[in-house]
Amino acid sequence: MTYNNYIKKTKRNKRIILFSQLFILITLIFLWQYLASNNYINSFITSSPKNIIITLINLYKQNNLFIHIFITLKETIIAFLITSIFSIIISVILYSHKLLYKIIEPFLVLLNSLPKVALGPIIIIWLGANQKSIIMISILISIIISIETIYNAFENTDKLKIKLLKTFNASKKDILYYLIIPSNKKTIFSSLKINISMCLIGVITGEFLTSKAGIGYLILYGSQVFNLNLVMSGIFLLMIISFTLYKLVNLIIKNSSK
Amino acid sequence: MNLTNELISINELNKSYYSINNETKTLSNISFKLYKNDFLGIIGPSGCGKSTILNILSGLISDYSGKINKKKDLKIGYMLQEDALFPWLTIYENTILGLKINKKLDTNSKKYVLNLLKKYNLFEFKDKYPYELSGGMKQRVALIRTLALKPDILLLDEPFSALDAQTRLSVSDDIYNIIKNENKTIILVTHNIEEAISMCNRIIILTKRPSTIKNIYNIELDNNIKPTEKRKLNNFNYYYDLIWRQIDK
Repeated sequence: MTYNNYIKKTKRNKRIILFSQLFILITLIFLWQYLASNNYINSFITSSPKNIIITLINLYKQNNLFIHIFITLKETIIAFLITSIFSIIISVILYSHKLLYKIIEPFLVLLNSLPKVALGPIIIIWLGANQKSIIMISILISIIISIETIYNAFENTDKLKIKLLKTFNASKKDILYYLIIPSNKKTIFSSLKINISMCLIGVITGEFLTSKAGIGYLILYGSQVFNLNLVMSGIFLLMIISFTLYKLVNLIIKNSSK
Repeated sequence: MNLTNELISINELNKSYYSINNETKTLSNISFKLYKNDFLGIIGPSGCGKSTILNILSGLISDYSGKINKKKDLKIGYMLQEDALFPWLTIYENTILGLKINKKLDTNSKKYVLNLLKKYNLFEFKDKYPYELSGGMKQRVALIRTLALKPDILLLDEPFSALDAQTRLSVSDDIYNIIKNENKTIILVTHNIEEAISMCNRIIILTKRPSTIKNIYNIELDNNIKPTEKRKLNNFNYYYDLIWRQIDK
């Protein structure tokens, strides 16, 4: 009986949490709409839920909605794949060549502390005002921190286990394959989760600097023509995109670690 | 003990560790021989360089001075202070790790490992993960992982130090039994005097750093009984007293 009670209690708690969350969300939306429609707040600068829906429908009717979403998604996923693959490869190279790491460490620190968006104008001049630049900015924003995270995890691998493999005459490659990579799978996966968020940040930053389409473009364009409905719609879309991407990466990780 | 039984002879072994600021001489003129079926103990104060000797013998450290003659094709296995089992591998996968790395995993070696697991009551746990086993069982798995490569000599570096006092006694019985069964030659490094007396037939006492050999004792206790039983023998206390007085405090 007590076990059943425990199960019941846990389930009830779960329901309470979910309902409370939904309640807060819905209340906020209605409050926002209520304040806007009764002119308590100026909907010209705050927009309103209703206006956001109308804007989205209009975008859809003009056949633009999915183009913008698709462009931002594409840029983010390309940046994510490049960042993730290269940060793992570079970490492996640096881990196997300690001297190389020691040599480039100060440069990495420098690059890491530099606000990467400052490099935006240079990249645009070098690569042109196109998607290449946006993807490059996104990679720059996310890759250094990803390398640092993975490399540090590699460095902190249990020394005793390394010694164990050495007693088996394991080569550097063996140690990487049998120990370093599998024992740091968790860190690699969690850095993937961070990468997807960082890459989206990078893509929006890039789109703010130079773009002809995408969610970042919508937001920037909206603010330039003082169309707050468009700005809010863009932010709303961005929330959905980032949430979906995060969940998607999570799902892939869960399936691959089974 | 005739010459053909000599597996390793160490002559005038010296080892220093270096850092930017100084040189720490760890081993100084260490010489001894290891014979087949020896159970040799090395004890001394902590930090005296006991483990360094094992690291040199196993080839993990190669910059030392002195001469080490090993019998041709001598295979050396090393058992570390902790079990160092890989948590993401099953017990069986852990035990074949050394075989895999040495590319010696075939039907014969698999059979050999499974047999060891059976013999030492771990077979039913072979598909479980390390966290599901007790500390003593994990230590047995670690030993089987070392035995899988069929070493002639086993180096044991404080193999029970991570275990609690109770487990430590029963595990040393277990491990002793396995080692005797498998007919291995052993070097055991420990700072525990009782452990050394109850398991070894010869004990080298090292001084403080830089370590030299202070004395070598032959332990003549009945080798056919378990270490925990040996502790009850009358001579045990005699040896304990003898060795305890010799160790630098």
